[in-house]
Amino acid sequence: MSTHHTLLEVEHLTMRFGGLTALSDLSLNVAAGQITSIIGPNGAGKTTFFNCLTGFYKPTEGAVRMHHPQHGALLLNEMPSYHVARKAGVVRTFQNIRLFPNMTVLENLIVAQHNALQTASRFSLAGLFGRAGYKAARQQALEKAEMWLTRLKLLDLADTAAGNLSYGTQRRIEIARALCVDPLLICLDEPAAGLNPRESAELNELLVYLSREHGKGVLLIEHDMNVVMRVSDHICVLNFGNKIAEGTPQQIQQDPNVIKAYLGEEETDEKVAA
Amino acid sequence: MSAYVPVHQGPGFAARIKDALAVAMLSLMLGIPMIGLHTVDSGGALSIATRWPWLALFVGIMFGGRLAMQFALDHFKLNKARRAQKRPAVRATRPWLKWLGYAVLGFSLVLPIAFSGNRYVVDTATTVLIYVMLGWGLNVVVGLAGLLDLGYVAFYAVGAYTYGLLSTHFGWGFWQTLPVAGALAATFGIILGWPTLRLRGDYLAIVTLGFGEIIRLILVNWTDFSGGPNGIGQIPRPTFFGLPFSPDTDTPTFATFFHIEYAAEHRVIFLYYVILALALLTNLFVSRLRKLPVGIAWEAVREDEVACKALGMNVTNIKLSAFAIGAMLGGFAGVFFAARQGFISPESFVFSESATILAIVVLGGMGSQLGVVVAAILLVLLPELGRDFSEYRMLLFGAAMILIMVWRPGGLIASREPTVKLNKGAQA
Repeated sequence: MSTHHTLLEVEHLTMRFGGLTALSDLSLNVAAGQITSIIGPNGAGKTTFFNCLTGFYKPTEGAVRMHHPQHGALLLNEMPSYHVARKAGVVRTFQNIRLFPNMTVLENLIVAQHNALQTASRFSLAGLFGRAGYKAARQQALEKAEMWLTRLKLLDLADTAAGNLSYGTQRRIEIARALCVDPLLICLDEPAAGLNPRESAELNELLVYLSREHGKGVLLIEHDMNVVMRVSDHICVLNFGNKIAEGTPQQIQQDPNVIKAYLGEEETDEKVAA
Repeated sequence: MSAYVPVHQGPGFAARIKDALAVAMLSLMLGIPMIGLHTVDSGGALSIATRWPWLALFVGIMFGGRLAMQFALDHFKLNKARRAQKRPAVRATRPWLKWLGYAVLGFSLVLPIAFSGNRYVVDTATTVLIYVMLGWGLNVVVGLAGLLDLGYVAFYAVGAYTYGLLSTHFGWGFWQTLPVAGALAATFGIILGWPTLRLRGDYLAIVTLGFGEIIRLILVNWTDFSGGPNGIGQIPRPTFFGLPFSPDTDTPTFATFFHIEYAAEHRVIFLYYVILALALLTNLFVSRLRKLPVGIAWEAVREDEVACKALGMNVTNIKLSAFAIGAMLGGFAGVFFAARQGFISPESFVFSESATILAIVVLGGMGSQLGVVVAAILLVLLPELGRDFSEYRMLLFGAAMILIMVWRPGGLIASREPTVKLNKGAQA
């Protein structure tokens, strides 16, 4: 584990909404080339944590530090939300899928490469006159999109409107779109929700591929324990905004606090118990 | 999203008949005193006469009308429910649309020649083209970027007054003023856009509506600057590369230079070709922008702003660029308007103008370039054609609008052409 350098350092992160403390004093490290999962019952603060990481919320206290190979240490909590993806290389997906529904799958993936293309088009001037530099950049963008479409088995659907496709497919498109930003760290909010067992297995394979082959850091919020326990290198368990356990899947499965948090709830999660 | 929503079929035929009978009954009760009975002057004394056939006709019309209306509404609801279930697919390219575009273009090129003796036709066509250009400009803001702008006429006014003031005070020409007015209108677009970026939908619409009124009120009240309600008159007309369209003979004019007899139509036809060229340039510009990163980003912002932020896009700049470019095109149209009319006043820049332009964009189908042309033709020509019906023409206009909205609620041309395709050769 020590061979993987730390990508993201979360220090004493606290988020309060008025009197409600959604996250309290959370510290966590995420390593490159590894899959780190955040689990916890509903309302534990998982999505709030993602929103704090990606600039959608400004945390009340604490710091989120990203170690970028080129730009050095960047404080994500002080950046405008779009800089988190553009400069720090942290890209997220959403629990309730947020695609561009009337645009085709390919267009969705091209939008993700907006910053590179916009620079290449010299803020539209070179693009308007069809300069070679812009054309090359556009070709590159198409190739990248095609590469990820092929990898995620979406190539046949490239010219279909994204909103017309099935739930599981839309989830994959969202991941493909996030990958087109070339993130260092990809944050997936319940990517396995609504997937059938086969799709879920494919997702596992993809996550492992991204972390092992591409060296990306993967941060995962997931309820599906089939995914979490199989692929995670590191798991952090939240309950009512507090970190109650952290460790490898084996450690987490035997942790009395985790078992209590899950079984103590009215709604038992059988998958953990099993 | 994935759950099946049953399509609401509406009540059955018997229920509809019952409903229509109730309406007929009501109209019978109302109709007896109003239509069934009337007073006649019979030799100094008033007596009551009956008009039962008229009453029967009235009740019959009410019955039939109610039935037809309910069926139309049912049909409309059914369509709506179907659409809610299934988003319109990205359809295959429809070749006839392309041909329609070429046909319209070809017709617009030969129109002044075909109707060379008819000044009214060329004038009306020029008006249509001004609205087409305004529609294409607003299409960037409303159709592509999805920002509802109810004050677009303000930028039109900025362009018109820029030319009016610069030409009357400093003797600037049409072509000189064009870029300046465009830049100024774009600046105003950014000034409006900056504080309103956090707003969406209805709230943005209200602020832009207010902005349009502010500009108009400034023009009305700042008499020293804009001439107030009297406006600006005697604005020089555009010249043909320096050759004026006038009957004077001491300096070379268009007529003397080409050794043709002076005719007032020359200027009308020239103005027509100027606006045609401006409109075609606008179309080319907007169609190219749409395929560039900035255009795709506009559409992405319309679809999902939060997702754009998560992908590292500066939504603020993207929206501002849409506002600025839309405003600039409005400014160009304004310069042309001032040059064509020769006189401008705040009267020309009232809210109903904004509403008409917005109606053109919405009616045409949001984001569709050809749709804007068809809608502009319809919206300018319908009131013109209706002139024979004098006071009923607005009624006709309203009825036509309602019918279009019932039959084609997504606009006349609602399909969206993807900006990029992977399998270029393959017909999807």
